[in-house]
Amino acid sequence: MKSTVIVFPGSNCDRDVKVALEKAAGAKVDMVWHGETTFSATDLIVLPGGFSYGDYLRPGAMAAKSPVMAHVIEQAKAGVPVLGICNGFQILCESGLLPGVLMRNASLNYICRDVHLKVEQTDTPFTGGYQRGQVIRIPVAHHDGNYFADEATLDRLEDEGRVVVRYCSADGSVTAASNLNGSQRNIAGIADGTRRIVGMMPHPERLFEAPLGGDDGRAVFESIAESLAGVSA
Amino acid sequence: MKARIEIMLKAGVLDPQGKAIEGALGGLGFDGVGSVRQGKIIEIDLGEADRDKARQDVERMCEALLANTVIENYRIELV
Repeated sequence: MKSTVIVFPGSNCDRDVKVALEKAAGAKVDMVWHGETTFSATDLIVLPGGFSYGDYLRPGAMAAKSPVMAHVIEQAKAGVPVLGICNGFQILCESGLLPGVLMRNASLNYICRDVHLKVEQTDTPFTGGYQRGQVIRIPVAHHDGNYFADEATLDRLEDEGRVVVRYCSADGSVTAASNLNGSQRNIAGIADGTRRIVGMMPHPERLFEAPLGGDDGRAVFESIAESLAGVSA
Repeated sequence: MKARIEIMLKAGVLDPQGKAIEGALGGLGFDGVGSVRQGKIIEIDLGEADRDKARQDVERMCEALLANTVIENYRIELV
C-alpha cells in the first residue's frame, strides 16, 4: 500500500504521520512538496498538521490553492481516500472537499492537550478499527479548530452520518463542557458524502504507539491498512 | 487603480476576537461600547484601467481566495 503525504511550507506533522503510516499501516510513504503539479499513483493521500503558509489570510486558505492541490482534488474525486489532520482538515475545508470552516477557538487560546473523542462512524477508511461509540484519547494542538457550518449543512452532516468524531468527556458524554474550542455540535471530524475524505482536528499520529504515552490513535492507521489491503497503486 | 476590500464575518457568526476587544474596551472604562466586530482590509494595486472590468476581477479574487464566503462577506471599493 502506497501513501502520499503532501508537505506544505509550514507543515510540521508530516514526518510524524509518515512514521505512523510506516509502522502502524505498513505503508510505503512518498513525501510530495506543495509546488509539484502531479505525483505518482497512490492509494492514500494525507494532508498533515502544521501551519502551512504561516496561517496567512485564513488557516489552510493559501495551501488549498497551492499547485499540488489541483492534483489532490482530482485524485480525491477519482476515489483516492484522503485524510486531513488538523491543518489538513482546514485545507480540506478551504479547498471545498469538505463543507464548513475551522474558525478561531472560541476561547481564543491555542489548545495543546489530550482530549477525549467519541468515534461515531466506523465505515470510513480511517475509523474501521474502532467500535461505534468508543471513547478514545488523543491530542489536539490548534488555535483554529472551532468548526462552523450553517444549520442546514450541520443537519445534513448529521442526517447522513458524516460526523465521524466528536469532543466528549472521559465517560463519552457529549457536553458543552467537553467542547474545548466552541465547535458546532462538538464536531471534531467529518467525512464527505463518499466517506473516503475525512478531516479531523485531533492528531492520531501523536499517540499511535505506547512509548508516545498512549496508542489510541493507532487504529486510524490500522484501519487504513485494513481498508486498503489488496489495493495497490 | 487600487482596490480596497473589506472582509467581515457575517452577521450571526460568532466573532470571539471582536468579543475580546469589546471586553477589553469595557475594562479600560470606555462606557457605551456595544458589539465589536473585527475584520480585515486588503489593498491591491491593479493594472486594469476599466472600472467595471477591475471590479469583476476583484470579485473573482474574493470568491477564489480572499474571502471564505461560508463565514465572511466582502465589500469592494475602487479608489
